[in-house]
Amino acid sequence: MFRTALRNVLAHKARLLMTVLAVMLGVAFVSGTLVFTNTISEAYQKSSAKGFDQVDVAVTAESEKDKGNTIGKRNELTQALLDQSAKVPGAANAIGVVSGFTAIADKDGKLIGGGFQSQGGNYYGAEDPRYPLAEGKAPHGANQVAIDSRTAKRAGYKVGDTVRLSVDGPVLKPVITGIFTTDDGNVAAGGSLALYDTATAQKLFGKPGTYDEIDVKAAAGTSQTALKAALDKALPADRVETTTGRELADDQAELISSSMSGLKQGLLVFAGIALFVGTFIIANTFTMLVAQRTKELALLRAVGASRRQVTRSVLIEAFVVGLVAAVTGLVAGIGIGAGLRSLMGTLGATVPDGPLIITPGTVGAALAVGVLVTMLAAWLPGRRAAKIPPVAAMSSLHAKATTKSLVLRNTLGALFSGAGVAVILAATTMDGSDGQAPMGLGAVLLIIGVFILTPLLSRPLIAAAAPLMRVFGISGKLARQNSVRNPRRTAATASALMIGLTLITGMTVMAGSLQKSIDKMATAAVKADYVVSMANGNELSPDVEKKLAKVDGVTEVSPLRNAASRIDGETEYLTGVNGSAIGKLTDLKVDNGTFKVGGTDVVVDKDRAKSFGWRAGSTFTVHYEDGKAQRLTVAGVYEGNELISGIMLDTATLSPHLRDASDMQVMLKTSDGTSDATKDRLEKALGSNPAIKVQDKKDLSDSIAQMFTLMLNMLYGLLAMAVLVAVLGVINTLAMSVFERSQEIGMLRAIGLDRKGIKRMVRLESLVISLFGGVLGIGLGVFFGWAAGELLGARMATYELVLPWARMAVFLLLAATVGILAALWPARRAARMNMLSAIKAE
Amino acid sequence: MTTTPVAGRTTSVAARATELSKIYGQGETQVVALDRVTVEFRQAEFTAIMGPSGSGKSTLMHCVAGLDTFSSGSVRIGETELGSLKDKQLTKLRRDKIGFIFQAFNLLPTLTALENITLPMDIAGRKPDKEWLDSVIRMVGLRDRLGHRPAQLSGGQQQRVAVARALASKPDIIFGDEPTGNLDSRSGAEVLGFLRNSVRELGQTVVMVTHDPVAAAYADRVVFLADGRIVDEMYKPTADNVLDFMKQFDAKGRTS
Repeated sequence: MFRTALRNVLAHKARLLMTVLAVMLGVAFVSGTLVFTNTISEAYQKSSAKGFDQVDVAVTAESEKDKGNTIGKRNELTQALLDQSAKVPGAANAIGVVSGFTAIADKDGKLIGGGFQSQGGNYYGAEDPRYPLAEGKAPHGANQVAIDSRTAKRAGYKVGDTVRLSVDGPVLKPVITGIFTTDDGNVAAGGSLALYDTATAQKLFGKPGTYDEIDVKAAAGTSQTALKAALDKALPADRVETTTGRELADDQAELISSSMSGLKQGLLVFAGIALFVGTFIIANTFTMLVAQRTKELALLRAVGASRRQVTRSVLIEAFVVGLVAAVTGLVAGIGIGAGLRSLMGTLGATVPDGPLIITPGTVGAALAVGVLVTMLAAWLPGRRAAKIPPVAAMSSLHAKATTKSLVLRNTLGALFSGAGVAVILAATTMDGSDGQAPMGLGAVLLIIGVFILTPLLSRPLIAAAAPLMRVFGISGKLARQNSVRNPRRTAATASALMIGLTLITGMTVMAGSLQKSIDKMATAAVKADYVVSMANGNELSPDVEKKLAKVDGVTEVSPLRNAASRIDGETEYLTGVNGSAIGKLTDLKVDNGTFKVGGTDVVVDKDRAKSFGWRAGSTFTVHYEDGKAQRLTVAGVYEGNELISGIMLDTATLSPHLRDASDMQVMLKTSDGTSDATKDRLEKALGSNPAIKVQDKKDLSDSIAQMFTLMLNMLYGLLAMAVLVAVLGVINTLAMSVFERSQEIGMLRAIGLDRKGIKRMVRLESLVISLFGGVLGIGLGVFFGWAAGELLGARMATYELVLPWARMAVFLLLAATVGILAALWPARRAARMNMLSAIKAE
Repeated sequence: MTTTPVAGRTTSVAARATELSKIYGQGETQVVALDRVTVEFRQAEFTAIMGPSGSGKSTLMHCVAGLDTFSSGSVRIGETELGSLKDKQLTKLRRDKIGFIFQAFNLLPTLTALENITLPMDIAGRKPDKEWLDSVIRMVGLRDRLGHRPAQLSGGQQQRVAVARALASKPDIIFGDEPTGNLDSRSGAEVLGFLRNSVRELGQTVVMVTHDPVAAAYADRVVFLADGRIVDEMYKPTADNVLDFMKQFDAKGRTS
């Protein structure tokens, strides 16, 4: 039987091509994901492990826990502790580490890197072993800095240049005295690192006289654990914690691989979708092959093959097809993995170097996925093949499409769809997170239900296209009828496209609605003309607010100052605002009381008021971080949102209790509203700091929109694979249909339909099937988008459903394009067919 | 019947092949399917082409009907020379001037009987002549079967639909390729009767390839082909005459 199966595969090479391609794409996606994530995480691990070369034992400060009404104090690593560590037996030397944020501007004043990996630190002593200097010398004093070689190269900085930096607001203009090399993972990943001398770094990062970490190097012959033991003995155990370099490296590696596994799982989900869509094509192909080979299979049965042998021969074919597809897919996947890495490189996201990692697990997974998916999808057609009676070999009739009633199928489909819709509707009435699981279940049920029902749906939906098809005369009429001729086949083909479009539409609807609601929230609550914040979400120095207040035309300024406190034994963050200005800068709906901030009067958002049981007039005691307590009065309760929430009190009340004030944002209003000139003035006042964003409401909306666009584009890219597989499915179905109908096509040619007409007929059939899938997918997607929105909307006051009509039109157009492209080759084939041999062939 | 036999036109020629040759392959493997065949098919005449398997009878019909290309010689349908026509023009010629009846697969399974009958006119985008269509349908006796699909019709009924389709567009000439090959003798007789009636009563021109002497007896004239050449012809044939000729011919073939 194996030989027969193998011969069959070889004989139907062309017809199996699309199946192989479909499986191959799925497998390539899977193996590409694995290769890419393994390679990246290995490279990151290596580069971070290198970063721990200089550390044998790291000493860090242990924080006290928050207890009762006091905020846990952070212990400090002082110079005394450092000196003590260096003298521990077995220690070669000890380095004090200070780190923080430093944004570096390039020569055009633009921020280098994304801002999230812009680091600052200290150059310890005269020669810091962590940072070998490639050029120049170590920085000394407040006006000198050393930068890493990658950043220097990227921005074209040389020793002696003046560079613009920012730590928490004010712009610094030190001179570059040295350029150093580093294996720091963040730098390798496209970030930047600026080093100051230790005293400057301590001052800039707000930690005068203290360190973040003490790295102790072991003397020759002393192991990391021995050194750790010695340090533990010498240092006060209640104030510090010691960790060996190996533990640090291991922790880091684990962190990297766990963050990579999130990415990996995300990508594999999309690979799974592509493969799932692929199964439709495989099943379709094998069903058609079995139907076309009815006589052959019957002959096998007639000469004595058992049913099981017939099924097995189909499965062996599937195995061979799957194996070929899996191997080619694996090779393609390795290419994709390598390509993705270099693509990231060209996009500016620097990835640490490292070899391409192809694990046996990757190879095994790729092969198993390819072979199993194919065999699973071919199983039903194989069973159907076994049911062909031996007498079919004698009949001269062509195998007819199974005319088995669709009643059972439709009943089942209706049950599934009904259950799906019911569960989803029930889920929309539930509370946020409770509804998620039922919503997912309902979505799966509904998709399965609709898939089962597609043959039933195909007739009325395609009939609806009749007026459109009439324009194309006889070709249109024949195309429409051909497309409903075998409802199961049409359904499977259209479903493949449906799945991709459902997801794409659903995501688009959800993203669009969310974007609108977040945008509304942000812009409706903010009355300020400008909002000033750090590019990376870091905190701003209070200087920023002071500087802004002095700018010409600025009428109202308020910071949003963040401070921890304890209320009723719970940690609660306070927001310090300018009490006289905040009412003019925000527009928050007041639930009860008045919006009054000043002295001991504070306002609280509704959720917090509810959880503490407060209303206007309530009083409560707050314990500030310096340990002092104060009695405050709730003047009003407002409706908070994603951007503004919490307990707002006057900065005059709050600031005396803070050691370092830091602001999340500064809001301001100007006498002449928003204008380019005003924005320019504000930016200039801040020293044109690249790390600080000055945004008006439109900028805020734009940056929200940008975030959503980026996310959607990524999803589109990933789902494109599923659509691509669906295209292969349409090509496949058409090619097979054309083959099966060659006699009809020959006859049509003979009685006078020209090649153009034949081509048009095939193309229109393809268009009808694709549009059918497209309409189903868009419809389902809108429903899912609506349902998910209902679930999310319950938690968002400003949520409203936004139907992206233009996008939906684009998706429908996409479906139509898919149809036309997929028909190119089958239509050509049909038109080129030799009509004489077509008529005679039987 | 509204039509009268057109006596004056019997002498004019509907289709003509002159020195027609069709050669497959080259050199050693060369096969001559048609060897300088010259034949005329007169209007309002029912011609049967006969010959043993491989004699070239189907090839002759395909070449004259514009379904196949030929190596040399000329073919004319009415005044049109086929050799110089491009595929598009040939298709148009087949659509407008020629009717076809094949052995099998004459009908599109998705269309009803009526839609199948009007298919050539639908392709051309023409409205069928209602009166003529009615008389053709009446003649083949399909009045109450028009809404049926081919799968709901018997083999004989399907072939009658094919005859009606060939007649409906009033072609200059109808070609049949073993039109009764797949039918039982009663259904076959019916179909041949319709073809003969269309010639006698409507003045239609019909050319039919067959290997069945009984079918050939319905024709006005039989042309015999062997080894790509016309070897004889017979007017007013009967089944016995034809059978005798074939036997004699077979015997000759064996001894030569």
